[in-house]
Amino acid sequence: MIEVKNIDKSFGDTQVLHDVSFKFERGKTNLVIGQSGSGKSVLTKCIIGLHAPEKGQILYDGVDFSAMKKKEKTKIRTQIGMLFQGGALFDSLSVIENVIFPLKMFTKMSRKEMLDRANFCLERVDIINKNNLFPSEISGGMQKRVAIARAIVMKPKYLFCDEPNSGLDPLTAILIDNLIKELTEEYNMTTVVITHDMNSVLEIGDNIMFIYNGNKHWVGDKDSIITTPNKEVNEFVYSSKFLKLFKEKMN
Amino acid sequence: MGIFYHIGRYTMMLLSMFTKPEKLSVYWTRLMEEMVQLGVKSLGIVILMSAFMGAVIVIQTATAIDSAWIPDYTVGFTAKQSIILEFSPTIMSLILAGKVGSNIASELGSMRVTEQIDALEIMGINTKAYLIRPKIIAAVLIFPVVIIFSMGFGFGGGWLASYGTGLIPEDQYLVGIQSFYDDNLWMITYALIKATVFAFIITSVSSYHGYYTSGGALEVGKSSTSAVVYSSVLILFANLLLTQLLLI
Repeated sequence: MIEVKNIDKSFGDTQVLHDVSFKFERGKTNLVIGQSGSGKSVLTKCIIGLHAPEKGQILYDGVDFSAMKKKEKTKIRTQIGMLFQGGALFDSLSVIENVIFPLKMFTKMSRKEMLDRANFCLERVDIINKNNLFPSEISGGMQKRVAIARAIVMKPKYLFCDEPNSGLDPLTAILIDNLIKELTEEYNMTTVVITHDMNSVLEIGDNIMFIYNGNKHWVGDKDSIITTPNKEVNEFVYSSKFLKLFKEKMN
Repeated sequence: MGIFYHIGRYTMMLLSMFTKPEKLSVYWTRLMEEMVQLGVKSLGIVILMSAFMGAVIVIQTATAIDSAWIPDYTVGFTAKQSIILEFSPTIMSLILAGKVGSNIASELGSMRVTEQIDALEIMGINTKAYLIRPKIIAAVLIFPVVIIFSMGFGFGGGWLASYGTGLIPEDQYLVGIQSFYDDNLWMITYALIKATVFAFIITSVSSYHGYYTSGGALEVGKSSTSAVVYSSVLILFANLLLTQLLLI
């Protein structure tokens, strides 16, 4: 479990996060949603240590991340898998070398063991016979799946996904969502997904935090978000014409 | 942002590279890859330019000092001085600043804007040590070798020019090249010291510009241009300083 307590973060005079607290539960897909610029990505970067918050605590299974020494932080980071918006695969490495990379850096596995583990992860995300291709030679959806394979290759305890569906067609997006949900349950990971895609919210939102102007504004799940009377959440959820019509029909 | 901000951040970047590698074997492979990328792959352009410049220096010198009072070997001697002291270490480094510098800055810049550096960081890797250190060490080791190649092919180009044009006898050219033998070793040492310093400047300055790129493709292009401009200017200053310190 990851717990954030009273996080404040500013850039210059602009305060981006105001006293945000939340519990990201193990074995569940925890969603952080909100409009662009609401502070979702900054919160995630604070949690994974790319930004240092001015105030508050980040607890990984009860241990304060910000109080850890560099060596302990590195150890925690080897337990984190991260799926970036664009995949962030290494251009100069082939698909298989991308997936093997964390194993090469942090384990003493033999080449055969590494290949076996990487191939297992690639098969798990349905990437078969693409080992020697480079990221530029595969589609966006495949890149995301390879990035997921790389994120889970070290059997992480925590998985972070930054807008995993951006730039994908609806079918591939659902495929990626389901994959994230399945892997979360399979590996019993604490998964944090940053998104503003309502399909994802309704598909995999076990535990949802809505951020509005840098504040934790609403907390719930995929069922309660449809019925909540909260004005800002409603505006966000029913911003598309399709969902507005759906709501009217339901009413 | 002020110049002191950049100097401070550049210094911090260099200092943060002095850490124990996560895995030595991976760093060794990276070093070898960088030596190929920065050195071996630059040999083609270095050889081509050195041979042509050597030839041009010989032709220009021979036509400029066409006098019965000046012995023919002077052309070889002048070509040697020009190639060893200035052309190979400095002009070649300026050319390499363009080729290697822009390559480094655009590579790191694109890695930054596509979040590849963030991905490494999250894995727990010291990205400055992993990405920049092998480039600096590789360049510092391989550039002097490249410069020696440049000298060799510069002399070769000069010899071909003297042979092909008949402006001076080749044997006189070779006498000029070999003249004042005792000074040659110091001159070559001076040239290699310059090459080493310039290698450090090119790789560290270009890495700095690439690593701290923010934005998108346009900024990657800007970083690449800044890397070449700042590396070249610093090479010129360092050249003046080293010449003052070492030759006077």
